[in-house]
Amino acid sequence: MGPIDKEAVQTVLNEFENQDLYLHLETTNGAYAAHRQESQLAVCAYIRNGRIRYHRGVVSGDGPFRVGLKMDQGWVYAEGLTDYEVDAEGRLLMAGHDREGRLAVALELSRTPFRI
Amino acid sequence: MERHVLVVFPHPDDETFSSGGTIAMHTQAGTPVTYVCGTLGEMGRNMGKPFFATRESLPQVREQELREACQVLGIRDLRLLGLRDKTVEFEDREALAERIRDIILELKPSLIITHYPGFAVHPDHNALGAATVRAVEMLPKDQRPTVHCSAFSRDAREKLGDPDVINDVRAVFDIKMAAIRAHRSQSEAMLKNLEEQFAKNPDAARRMEAERSKEAYYTYRFAD
Repeated sequence: MGPIDKEAVQTVLNEFENQDLYLHLETTNGAYAAHRQESQLAVCAYIRNGRIRYHRGVVSGDGPFRVGLKMDQGWVYAEGLTDYEVDAEGRLLMAGHDREGRLAVALELSRTPFRI
Repeated sequence: MERHVLVVFPHPDDETFSSGGTIAMHTQAGTPVTYVCGTLGEMGRNMGKPFFATRESLPQVREQELREACQVLGIRDLRLLGLRDKTVEFEDREALAERIRDIILELKPSLIITHYPGFAVHPDHNALGAATVRAVEMLPKDQRPTVHCSAFSRDAREKLGDPDVINDVRAVFDIKMAAIRAHRSQSEAMLKNLEEQFAKNPDAARRMEAERSKEAYYTYRFAD
């Protein structure tokens, strides 16, 4: 995984258009956020293996990047993406890492289910 | 000396950070230690510094790190429950407790180390600690091993009092640190920060070492 190449990501998003895909979408500030600082809220949400099909997918921004996937009946959105990889299984993995290298947001697309 | 120690925690590295010294002291004394690890920490946000793992590679990375840490700590029996990070509290607690009870019946440990339900911050810690306590409750009173619970929520001391078991692990501190380093994806950023702090403030370093040299537990008191 390395810094997002906007053109390369856009190419993959185009290739995935109008197909049944599996989605992994998450954001987290860590399970210990509230423990370390009481004013904080520990926040996390994730969807693993959501089924989606979009007809328009766009990567936007100058880094960190945003991705929006437009579906017939809705949107998938992620902000703060910094790094990407097309892995050996052809999946598009995108993540936003903070200065400590910690993952804060992830958006991944695959033609086959992600392992659970 | 314990006959057999059973350690039950949900994530690879929980055993090391909370109990690495205690485990090393038991294995050095010749006591077999079994680690039942609930998940592979699939949803951890630490990926190394600089990051080298991805959300998809993290489970395999952490399993490998866990096997290395077990080797360092002298744990020869590692069992993976195959649960998923952050989901333990949504599983059927009785069914989970029965799985742990079966392991207790097989190994007949004299001591179990787990998280104190309700006082261990992470929902997975609290849920697996609760299932482990439930598993011991399922046993006839005279067959229950001692249960030591790790508690570190902010309200633990206020509500539970002082821990009654404090293990001084200075003698095996190097082993504990080696196990922490083995969990590279999870410890690298923390250790780099600590090194920077230590360079600035050696007193803080000594305090930190003193803190890490003590592992505290509450002996769980069963209602009946």
